[in-house]
Amino acid sequence: MHFLAAGDLSTALDARAEHPEAELLAGGTDLMVEVNLSYHRPAGVIAVRSCEELLEWEGRRIGAAVTWARLEDGPHRALGQLARTIGSPQIRAAGTLGGNVATASPAGDGLPWIAAVDAEIEVASRSRGTRIIPWTEFFVGVKETTLAPDEIITAILLPEQMPVSQEFAKVGVRNVMVIAMVNCVVARGDDGFRVALGSVAPVPIRAYRAEEMINAETSISDAALTEFARIVSDEVRPITDHRSTEAYRRHASGVLARRLVERCLAA
Amino acid sequence: MIVTFTINGEERSATVAGWESLLTVLRDNLGLAGSKNACEQGECGSCSVIVDGANLCSCLVMVGDCEGTTITTVEGIAHGSALHPIQQAILDEGGVQCGFCTPGFVITAAHLFAADPNPDEETMREAFSGNICRCTGYGALLRAFDRLAEDGT
Repeated sequence: MHFLAAGDLSTALDARAEHPEAELLAGGTDLMVEVNLSYHRPAGVIAVRSCEELLEWEGRRIGAAVTWARLEDGPHRALGQLARTIGSPQIRAAGTLGGNVATASPAGDGLPWIAAVDAEIEVASRSRGTRIIPWTEFFVGVKETTLAPDEIITAILLPEQMPVSQEFAKVGVRNVMVIAMVNCVVARGDDGFRVALGSVAPVPIRAYRAEEMINAETSISDAALTEFARIVSDEVRPITDHRSTEAYRRHASGVLARRLVERCLAA
Repeated sequence: MIVTFTINGEERSATVAGWESLLTVLRDNLGLAGSKNACEQGECGSCSVIVDGANLCSCLVMVGDCEGTTITTVEGIAHGSALHPIQQAILDEGGVQCGFCTPGFVITAAHLFAADPNPDEETMREAFSGNICRCTGYGALLRAFDRLAEDGT
C-alpha cells in the first residue's frame, strides 16, 4: 500500500491494522514539512481528513479531524483563542486538533487547553476497540505518545463540567506564523483555577503547586498573584533551544499565567 | 497512482507518488508553474491554491489526498487575456516587485473577496497574514485590496 484516502473510519481502521508502518495524514501541516524538508518518504500513507466520523463535533466530543478554522468559531473561548494563533489562515484551514495531539510537539498550542480542561483522548483500533485515555497518560515525551501503531485518534472528549472561564495566551517572536516559546491556558471552574503550560517541558504540564497555592487564597491580592507567578516560573521545566532560553521561558510562564488568572477574574 | 481532479474548470489527471505535494505535481507534472515553490513549510503562502473552497498551501497538501477535488490555481483567475480586477488593482498600485509572492496574494485575495466583498482593514490584514512579501512592505498590496474592497469587486 502506498496511499489510501479513507472516506470512513472503518476503512481507515482496516488499513491501519494491515499497515501499521503507514503514516496517518490529517491536515498534513506537520507531515508534509517533514516530507518536503527532510526528503522523508513515507512507507505508506492513510489519509483520514475525509472520514466522516472524525469530522463530527457534537457537545463534549470534538472529532479528531476538526480543523483549527472550525475551532476558531467554536463555543470554547480559550480553544478559539489558541486556534486563531496557529500558523496562518492557510494552515488553520488544513491543520486539525487530532493532528496536534498525534504530533505531540511540546509546543503544540492545543495541548495546554486539553490539559487545563482535563480532556481525554479517544482512540480506536481493530485489536483493542475504543480506548479512552486521560491526557496525563497520553503524552509521554517529546513527540511521543501512548498511541499504538494500529490505533487512530478519533476524538477529544471533554468533561461534563467545563470551566466557567478559560483564557489562552502565548509568547512568540511575532503575532502570526509563530511557534510558541511558551503557551498557557488558565481555566476557572467550581474547583478553582487550573493552570496548564506548553513548550516548557517535554509534554504539556499542569502547574499543580501554583494551582494549590492560588486556590487556597480566599481573596486574591496582588501579593498572592506575585507569589503565584513565582511558583509557576519555578514549577515549569523548560530548556534552552533555538526558539528561546530556559530563563526567558520561566519568566514568561509566570507572567502569562498571572495575566490569565487576572483575565479569568475579570471575566 | 493516478489522481484525477478538476483544475481551473478542466478535468486533469496525473501519475504521481501519493506522498508528493500538490505543488510539485502542479508545477512539474501539469505545467502550472504559477504557484511558487518558496519555503516548502507552509510559512510563506506563495503556493496558495483553493481546494474545494479552502485556501491552502499546496506545498502541504499531499496529492494522493486530492482525488476528485476542485482546485483553482492562479492560472485560473484571469479571464483569458483580460486581467481579473484583483490582478489589475495589484498592477495599478505597484504591488509587484520580484513577483514571487504575487500568485499567492492573488489567490488569497480571490478567496477573501469571494467570501466577503467588502472586508474591513483588520479582516484583510488577518486574511493576508499567511502571505509573506519581502519586497513591497505590503503597503502597495494593501492599497490595491483596499480599493477592491471599496469598489465592492
